[in-house]
Amino acid sequence: MKILVAIKPVPNPDEKVKIKGDGTGIILDNIKMVINPFCEIAVEEGLRIKEKLGGEVVILTIGTREDEQQIRTALAMGADRAVLVEAEKGLDALAVAKFMARVVEREKPDLVLLGKQAVDDDNSQVGQILAAVLGWPQATFASKIEFAADNKKANVTREVDGGLETIEVALPAIVTTDLRLNEPRYASLPGIMKAKKKELKVVPLASLGVDTAPRVRVLSYAAPKQRAGGGRVADVAELVSKLKNEAKVL
Amino acid sequence: MADILVVVEHQDGVFKKNTLSVVSAARALSGLIGGEVDALVLGNGVAAVADTAAGTGVRKVLLGEGAAFAKYLAVAYAGAVAEVVKAKGYGAVFAPASTFGKDFMPRLSGLLDAPLASDIVGLEKDGDALRVKRPMYAGNAIGTVTLSGSPLLFTVRQTAFDAAALGGAKAPVEKVAVTAEAGSTAFVSRQETKSERPELTEARVIVSAGRGIKAQENFKMVEELADQLNAAIGASRAAVDAGWAPNDWQVGQTGKIVAPELYVALGISGAIQHLAGMKDSKVIVAINKDEEAPIFQVADYGLVADLFKAVPELVSELKKLKSA
Repeated sequence: MKILVAIKPVPNPDEKVKIKGDGTGIILDNIKMVINPFCEIAVEEGLRIKEKLGGEVVILTIGTREDEQQIRTALAMGADRAVLVEAEKGLDALAVAKFMARVVEREKPDLVLLGKQAVDDDNSQVGQILAAVLGWPQATFASKIEFAADNKKANVTREVDGGLETIEVALPAIVTTDLRLNEPRYASLPGIMKAKKKELKVVPLASLGVDTAPRVRVLSYAAPKQRAGGGRVADVAELVSKLKNEAKVL
Repeated sequence: MADILVVVEHQDGVFKKNTLSVVSAARALSGLIGGEVDALVLGNGVAAVADTAAGTGVRKVLLGEGAAFAKYLAVAYAGAVAEVVKAKGYGAVFAPASTFGKDFMPRLSGLLDAPLASDIVGLEKDGDALRVKRPMYAGNAIGTVTLSGSPLLFTVRQTAFDAAALGGAKAPVEKVAVTAEAGSTAFVSRQETKSERPELTEARVIVSAGRGIKAQENFKMVEELADQLNAAIGASRAAVDAGWAPNDWQVGQTGKIVAPELYVALGISGAIQHLAGMKDSKVIVAINKDEEAPIFQVADYGLVADLFKAVPELVSELKKLKSA
């Protein structure tokens, strides 16, 4: 099975981002870039499917040369090769999905895996748009993927409001990954060594002939309203009394 | 301005209240740029849903029924909504930012080549230009976004818009013919998390537990507290990942976004992604034995204590209060 896995580098989600004084962007100096956690789960799932069924795992990033480090990390985890579509920053989800569609048309994978959401812009859009552009089936928020005996279909269990839902999709299909799908492996030292020599094909953006004019543009960023917080109570009795008499929520 | 369409969410024929906030958001847009607000109900045998939607203050309800809509599938939904939008010339489409809206709305964006703003928390005008507010970076930044193209697509954060009133004068229900094309996808099964408690996104009080609860069986204690408070139960990602709580209990950036009147966090450290899901709660109580836990920075009432002692004590205090 040929699996294409799209990954996006994002600022380390365990660090709280700060906004530039003039609101034009996020301060990224001194913040470590990592593979978006949901994309990492997608890479892991691609590798597990390959280990079981054979085939190839190809990494795809729409980004800049700065993203090579995260792409190499995915290769070090065990992916076979990578494609980087070199694009300017600030593309919206529609443009990213259209670029991906061009690469999918060339690579002809049986399955495209993406994270359900990038934890920087929190859009949760690219996988579904890609599915629409390609006219492919989609299964979002996957917590389990099981292939039919002939590998032509898959049953995907999805994490949805109210519980879990399983749908069947015919391949080729787009699947976006949720947290409980797997626990990604760490890259091994030999894996890291091997990754340095793996193919990373850089495709210039213009060669794909996609309209990149953004339909959705972030004009500025502002800090959210801050909570006062930090209040303390000494014991349960004081807590109950405060909730009743001060907050009046009991 | 062209008219505005709200896609109504229902679960197998039961109207979901998150649609009420979506109607409010759609009305806010109407107030800014004009246009009438209509609702669209897709399903099979869902006249009751259409009837409920008709009482939300919309101009009319479009009802598209067919056996292929008996179970929700993104491919069928996105295709049908695209058809209605094109046929009637809607200028904007709204849906809740639930796992329903987040699933089919981006697909609609791809089908129509139209801009989608996800999880919006505000709509404004700057001169003649529309400005959309939406949280990014786990809610640590609020982006001001501009959209170009048509129709404008929005998924709405339920907690950011007041619910429209239900039960007003009934708007007319108009049947529409829509094609149902599930495009090589099929519904297989659904495993509902059964609960007698209020829904997380609708509860007035939420009791939530994290890593500090240590084991699934200790959720019994959480339930006892929730019983006293008539609360819904939530969980941090750590508790769900550990298998102690079902996935749809997860509160956070990538789980449910909640804003109850009272949020009680038990043994939750307060990771950025968790705070993103609950920091708009009116009153936050945190019980944690680690006094350095970041949850205390957002808590109105922080109690540094062993929750296995504090929670039973809290339960008995609340019982006393009730019988007093």
